[in-house]
Amino acid sequence: MKRTPSQYSETRTRRRSFAAAMAALLILISLTLLVPGCRHKASPSSEPSSANELIVSAAVSLKNAFNEIAELNEKRTGTKIHFNYGASGALEKQIESGAPADAFASAGAKPMDDLAGKGFVLPATRMDFARNALVLVVPARGTTVRSFSDLSNPAVKKVAVGNPKTVPAGQYTDQTLTRLNLLPQIQSKLILAEDVRQVLDYVVRDEVEAGIVYSSDALSAGDKVKVVSRVADDSHDPILYPIAVVKESKQQEAARKFIELVLSVEGQSILIKHGFLAVK
Amino acid sequence: MNSMIWEPLKLSLLVVTVATLIIATLGLALGLLLAKGRFPGQELLASIFTLPLVLPPTVSGYYLIVLLGRHGLIGESVYNLTGWTVAFTWQAAVIAATVLALPLMVLSSRAAIESVNPQFEIASYTLGKSWLATFFLITLPLARRGILAGIVLSFTRALGEFGATFMLAGNIPGKTQTMPLAIYEAVISGEDKRAQILALILTGVSVAAVYFTNKLSKGAIRY
Repeated sequence: MKRTPSQYSETRTRRRSFAAAMAALLILISLTLLVPGCRHKASPSSEPSSANELIVSAAVSLKNAFNEIAELNEKRTGTKIHFNYGASGALEKQIESGAPADAFASAGAKPMDDLAGKGFVLPATRMDFARNALVLVVPARGTTVRSFSDLSNPAVKKVAVGNPKTVPAGQYTDQTLTRLNLLPQIQSKLILAEDVRQVLDYVVRDEVEAGIVYSSDALSAGDKVKVVSRVADDSHDPILYPIAVVKESKQQEAARKFIELVLSVEGQSILIKHGFLAVK
Repeated sequence: MNSMIWEPLKLSLLVVTVATLIIATLGLALGLLLAKGRFPGQELLASIFTLPLVLPPTVSGYYLIVLLGRHGLIGESVYNLTGWTVAFTWQAAVIAATVLALPLMVLSSRAAIESVNPQFEIASYTLGKSWLATFFLITLPLARRGILAGIVLSFTRALGEFGATFMLAGNIPGKTQTMPLAIYEAVISGEDKRAQILALILTGVSVAAVYFTNKLSKGAIRY
């Protein structure tokens, strides 16, 4: 088939516009590569762990309380704290791989025990700074569950709990239900969630008749859930939150000061305000 | 409130732009190598670059921090030489997004280059054009649709990157907290409003990008 001249020129124009698009892309590349370069030099805050700055890796459930304590810390000592919030187990892995955190606050003793066992934290600085309690929560308009014994009632079809195999709160819940002799009767009703927040979410959205969460989580949900019962502390292993200075930190003194503030009367009252319990 | 939306958005745009540019160049080169090259271990190499697509992102992130962390295989020597570690920097978020989204670009551009009728390329050689000229004048324009789709898809994947980014870059507001991490943190700490706004923005950008890709692959957009 023979092409007409106009078809040739059309192909050529399209090829040229494609070449122009590629060139534009290349220009964009060089421009944007320059921008982060300037930004990096210009702002000192992009360099972690510089003087008067601290990186604290903390369990994400501590966020609201720790942000408040950090504000107080900055006012007192001038040290700005950057938080790295996440699941305690993942934070533990980061520190093991040498992520530059100065202090570590864990939900539950296990991640801290593991780090201490491998020598990644300073054992002398380790302190339990808060406790938590388990509570039975129901949706704001829920009426079927008023106590733990109601859970075995046939009208109650679904109860959300943390997965005991993976979620610490699930393990405490499992111990509590076993202690209350409820587990065999309600086993088939249990909806296993992969974190406590998911349990709370099921309750808020009225997908389940009841759920078992930490008292601090129940408090953060406000009036979207009702706390109907509190689990006695002796029904499960103590729910403790340890904190420690990371061994490789270059700012151990500032990190120690922050831990001191967390343990002080002011720090403790902030934690209590957010639903945690003071350490006995 | 405003800075809590803008900071992660700004950082996400920075990270995703840099990552997409690296992915576009590197992914195209790898796609070309895998499409045209014939060398031992070729399919093994292809599998390695596809791995982040099928592994859970936290596992990819775990590999990254094991390699690049201060005590990592590569990270250790970098730290000893320069005293710098990539963990907890925005560059770490770029690395995580790049590694996790690269497979989409490699797969698309390889398929696009392989689908170009080789007779056009042979014709170009017989007319005395060099290998490089043939690539830029024949192969690349004919494969452009698949290549552009690959770029847009990797852009979207990089924008949504969560697991590996958290492992390597951490979740530090204003420093390494990208949109997906900010959404996660807002949900966990009960800031529903903030979570909703961030999620809406992220969804809007992603839908626009996928829509654009679909249009491209149907040939509805001409350029």
